[in-house]
Amino acid sequence: MAKANKSKNIYNLKTVSINNLSHFYGKNENKKQVLNDVNLNIDKGELVLLKGPSGCGKTTLLTLIGALRTCQSGDLTVLNNQLNGASRKTRQILRRSIGMIFQGHNLLRCLTAEQNVQMGADLIKGLTYLQRREIARNWLSAVGLEEHHKKLPNDLSGGQKQRVAIARALSANPKLLLADEPTSALDSVTGREIVTLLRKLAKEQNCSVLMVTHDPRISDMADRILNMEDGKIFSAHSELI
Amino acid sequence: MSLSLFKFRKIPLAWLLLTRQPLRLVVAIAGISFAGILMFMQLGFRDGLFDTSVTIHKLLDADLVLISPRSKSSISMSGFPKRRLIQTLAVDDVEKTAPVNLNYLLWRNPENLKTRSILALGFNPSDSLLLDDGFAKKAYKLRNPSRVLFDKLSRPEFGPIEEWFLSDQKVETEVAGKRVIVEGLVELGPSFGADGNLITSRETFLRLFPANPPGSIEIGLVKLKKGSDPELISRILSNSLPNDVRVLTKNQFIEFEKNYWKNSTAIGFIFSLGALMGFVVGCVVVYQILYSDVTDHLPEYATLLAMGYRLKSLFFVVAREGFLLALFGYLPAYFSGQILYSVIRNSTKLPIVMDADKTILIFVLVLVMCMGSAAIAMRKLVDADPAEIF
Repeated sequence: MAKANKSKNIYNLKTVSINNLSHFYGKNENKKQVLNDVNLNIDKGELVLLKGPSGCGKTTLLTLIGALRTCQSGDLTVLNNQLNGASRKTRQILRRSIGMIFQGHNLLRCLTAEQNVQMGADLIKGLTYLQRREIARNWLSAVGLEEHHKKLPNDLSGGQKQRVAIARALSANPKLLLADEPTSALDSVTGREIVTLLRKLAKEQNCSVLMVTHDPRISDMADRILNMEDGKIFSAHSELI
Repeated sequence: MSLSLFKFRKIPLAWLLLTRQPLRLVVAIAGISFAGILMFMQLGFRDGLFDTSVTIHKLLDADLVLISPRSKSSISMSGFPKRRLIQTLAVDDVEKTAPVNLNYLLWRNPENLKTRSILALGFNPSDSLLLDDGFAKKAYKLRNPSRVLFDKLSRPEFGPIEEWFLSDQKVETEVAGKRVIVEGLVELGPSFGADGNLITSRETFLRLFPANPPGSIEIGLVKLKKGSDPELISRILSNSLPNDVRVLTKNQFIEFEKNYWKNSTAIGFIFSLGALMGFVVGCVVVYQILYSDVTDHLPEYATLLAMGYRLKSLFFVVAREGFLLALFGYLPAYFSGQILYSVIRNSTKLPIVMDADKTILIFVLVLVMCMGSAAIAMRKLVDADPAEIF
């Protein structure tokens, strides 16, 4: 039975598939629509950039795809899980397959770089402590920080912290990576470096990436660029998808 | 086996959260230890009081004890007719009896001549008063009038009696305004009711306290024949004797005294209240520490939720922090308690000891304090909303 389900999943190549998704904040007269009939597909291994002015609903869309918010109306399928009507437990389990990179890196201040990455690797079932630590070490080397594995976040530069955050997001073998303005706190050179690294590692893992950004300098690295305005998504050439 | 243990090993997040903020940890440990020490002190005093109030009671060589129904405790004993004690001999199981007088008299310190109230026991030197084997030999000396045995564990305010006695000096002083000679030393111990004790013959006792009617005693000791049941004889005697006397077994007599201090005075309540205050102070400290810890790390907890950790596992982190704080805080409290107990023992001669009861009880209280506070601090975790961290 389980095998049949699995083989069925292989045919569905879309990592994210969204149809007619709408979302509202507030209640009654204060009700405000933030997402209006959004349609979006993300393929396996694809890097998609999402642009748009602030307040247009980008972050709301990101939190909905990240299973951090309950879906109100429409069809939202992430990694073959229908999130409209999904239980808290389903969302929590699904989140383990989704890597997240935040604007403010959000590392645990009391843990070393390596331990922070291992908090991600610890979510993988059936591995010993030493194996999980090995995974964390490897990811830290992949982002070029093997020398700094014993350092606390406060002793790292902004770019280094964001690298640790990328290593942490990737260490749990995610199928989808969500990034919210990962370069906004960095200078242009470091920002580009970080996204180049992110793109390289994601492609190696065949991991899809949805990145919200204002940064025009990294547009050339995307497979696809989407614009968002007033809760609707347009392609880069302003045509309705 | 060790392999599977490794499998469940995780990064010790609770430990790191606590130890990576050493200053906060030190404050927390100091607060919890203080609460623990306060509880050790208060409960130590309380137990010490209840134990010392029966030091003499425990030493009495008797199976049954007769007292007046009007007696409330050793500090307020009333007399009853001595013939009631003699009447008990009518029961076959009674082997022998011993009448005892008990009252507080004024003792003059022979060194600085100040007077102080001392608990005096008067008995017939040919009777057996105490369980102590060596006592009979000393009691023999009381057959001469105006001779007393002084409790060497009495507080130092009564004078350097032991020192003088052991240096073969003749120790003479006044009790209730009459001259007495210290003829020996005994080891009884002071209590909250009596700072010191002396033992003398009934004859001397009546001379020191002439207002006491010769036929009236405060305590009647009854020794039963081997193999008889004290409970049963106690009931038989209660039924046959008039109601101007009360028959107790030795254990009931001990409980009678303890109950007075527990129920009829505020002392037990005061010390329990003191311990409760320590408990509350500890709760507030641990709650403050854990609450600010959770609040400070809220975005980090939310990040963990976003990564797919369960809220339950975050609860466990806070619970583990509480448990670690309990351990870290209890150990210094325990060792400080040991030291303070010995200081108190030496300066007040009260038998305050770190017994298993207190060791366990206070550990449980500290644990409840820390885990309870952790449970309240956990409610703040519910505010960690992973949707808000983007």
